[in-house]
Amino acid sequence: MLKKVLSTVLAVAMLAAVCLIFASCGNKTSDFKIGIICLHDETSTYDLNFLNAIEGAQKALGLTDDQVVIIKNVPESSACFDAAKDLVDQGCKVIFADSFGHESFMIQAAKAYPEVMFCHATGTKAHTEKLPNYFNAFASIYEGRYLAGVAAGLKLNELKEAGKLKGDVPKMGYVGAFPYAEVISGYTAFYLGAKSVCPNVVMDVTFTGQWYDVTAEQQAAEKLINVQKCDLISQHADSMGAPGACESAGVPNVSYNGSTETACPNTYIVSSRIDWQPYFELIIRAVKDNNGKIPVDYTGTLATGSVALTSAGKKAPAAGTQAKLDEIKAKLESGEIKVFDTNTFTVKGEKVTTYLADVDDLGDYVGETESVKDGYFHESEYRSAPYFNLEIDGITLLDRGPKTEG
Amino acid sequence: MQKNENSRHEPLFHIAKRSSVSMKKAIAVRAIAIVAALLVAGVFIFAITKRNPIEIYKQMFLGVFGSAHRITKALKSLAILLCISLAVTPAFKMKFWNCGAEGQALIGGLACAACMFYIGGSVPKWLLVIIMTVTSILAGAIWAVIPALFKAKWNTNETLFTLMMNYVATSLVAFFIKCWAKDGSGILRPMTEYGLPQLANTDYLLAVIVVTLLTVATYIYMKYSKHGYEITVVGESENTARYIGINVKKVIIRTMLLSGAICGLCGLLLVGGIDKTISTETIGGQGFTAIMVSWLGKFNPIFMILTSFLIVFLQVGTKQVSTSFRIDTSLADITTAIILFFIIGCEFFINYKIMFRKKEKEVK
Repeated sequence: MLKKVLSTVLAVAMLAAVCLIFASCGNKTSDFKIGIICLHDETSTYDLNFLNAIEGAQKALGLTDDQVVIIKNVPESSACFDAAKDLVDQGCKVIFADSFGHESFMIQAAKAYPEVMFCHATGTKAHTEKLPNYFNAFASIYEGRYLAGVAAGLKLNELKEAGKLKGDVPKMGYVGAFPYAEVISGYTAFYLGAKSVCPNVVMDVTFTGQWYDVTAEQQAAEKLINVQKCDLISQHADSMGAPGACESAGVPNVSYNGSTETACPNTYIVSSRIDWQPYFELIIRAVKDNNGKIPVDYTGTLATGSVALTSAGKKAPAAGTQAKLDEIKAKLESGEIKVFDTNTFTVKGEKVTTYLADVDDLGDYVGETESVKDGYFHESEYRSAPYFNLEIDGITLLDRGPKTEG
Repeated sequence: MQKNENSRHEPLFHIAKRSSVSMKKAIAVRAIAIVAALLVAGVFIFAITKRNPIEIYKQMFLGVFGSAHRITKALKSLAILLCISLAVTPAFKMKFWNCGAEGQALIGGLACAACMFYIGGSVPKWLLVIIMTVTSILAGAIWAVIPALFKAKWNTNETLFTLMMNYVATSLVAFFIKCWAKDGSGILRPMTEYGLPQLANTDYLLAVIVVTLLTVATYIYMKYSKHGYEITVVGESENTARYIGINVKKVIIRTMLLSGAICGLCGLLLVGGIDKTISTETIGGQGFTAIMVSWLGKFNPIFMILTSFLIVFLQVGTKQVSTSFRIDTSLADITTAIILFFIIGCEFFINYKIMFRKKEKEVK
């Protein structure tokens, strides 16, 4: 009985599969397909930012839904390799993955499928792996963070003048995910931006040890607000935890990955984000129309439109914020202002004149590339992913993740 | 009863336990349930997305069987889920609510990763494989036997205890990743040069073979060995077990050692064989899904092949649906839930029957 049922089911299954294979062969408009691998789905602000960008690129270049295959919720394990393989089977000519931990598996896939292009955001290894079909991409988001920091500094000045500071000096709080270069570079740039307009500002940083943890991020923000008495909060983690906590407490918030104004109308100041659309358009053009090459290590900038600030909030920002941001942005683009200008910060009371950064990520965690030249730290120039990981004065790390707290 | 004779009111329907149900009937009820589930889920999907449900089911099917790679991928997921399910089965059969398979498998994986990290390269590869295997299995067993010892000695609540052990395991993994990945990113790069041997250049074949053997072994152990009998008796009634001279504490501890050891083995297969790295998400909730697989399969390892396939089919298939149609992933979860609801619900109709009030009597 069971055997009979099984064999019938199998027969039907095989028939169906054959029919489908034939059906899918017929109607093809164009051969080109791009595959996108996302760590989470739209509930994560990080992934949403990528999803919006690929949809924008799809529209701009007139691709159909069938030509853009998006696989969501792909963990940073061999599941990423499996997803890449599946996309290759579906005929994707270029495959993009959005999370740092996907990198090893993307490299594995690039080696297995030399005819397919593999692009990876936030990765560090393309320039040392030297594969013809594996590429990294990031953006000089530290410039965006710097601008966001300027908006924060202006807000602190306003609070100071109104006598609304909680302590003697303006204090910012920052919720980070992990204490590594991408986050360190981001919060340092943010701090330096604020310091450029509000010289005596200090900042406390705490880490959640997770990229997406609503509760942990909310609690971290609450701790910074209530215990550390911070006047303003910013974050580098992917949930609405920190902005939400700020809205409840009425504390101004500088956001990341996109505007949080709808959810936090009273406290949202501005948000910096990486706009991935220019990069998506670049790789699609390069592969689909053979128009241009994919750079081994692409760093999007303010000029390419990859580093973007969302429009400032209606209620929370200080007066004149937008004008100041436009002014500083022009100076960053012209090179007049360098974010990591060594005259603007010290490490343990000393000016930094030399620093070997771990640009070649070979698993040794040892710096080998001199990154301080001409009076500034050359971030995202030797590879796209950030490598600035100096701990500068004025920023206090409350912890290095949840497990080291007392 | 006599007192109420005049006012006795028969309810519209009442529920009675079926004494026995024929194989044919049981299969029929399940088939009806599956068809009903597909219909309800189809209507639901259509209402939300305005897409043809047949198209949706086609994509589900294609997600699992659409290409050779997808079939092997499904086999791999099936092997891992079945492995954890086999692990929890003896414990559940004994009515020891082991909710800690997640942590036991994770700690097995952590032990394996630690071996690869600390002694990979300094011992011959074959020796490393042996060391990895032994430590993983031991780690899983130890993680499981701690709550068992507490249960046997002080009658602590094993559900809470095993559940809490999961969090400890997850935190330990986070801690060690922090020690090992010195860039602070929380990502441990795969240690591809070490690990279990790859059969036929694939990462899944070893797992499939091991789990197949394990399934047969568990079946024999549960059905034909003295240990299996003791587990059944303890599960049915501890007092009976004691009465016929079974050492209940010993059975609890021994069974949990076995349960944990299999979980450890699963961690080994995942970390040492497939991923070559570990994260707090490595097991990904399968330790809990396994409980459902085991219950649905009525603790029979052979049936569990089918139930774990059902779960994998739903997971992979619905994911494919959300990819193909760009539908929010929560729709996939909702569809899975509807289908599972029917399948679990139909067990009720297999075990019980509904008796309606007989109307004819009253009319006449």
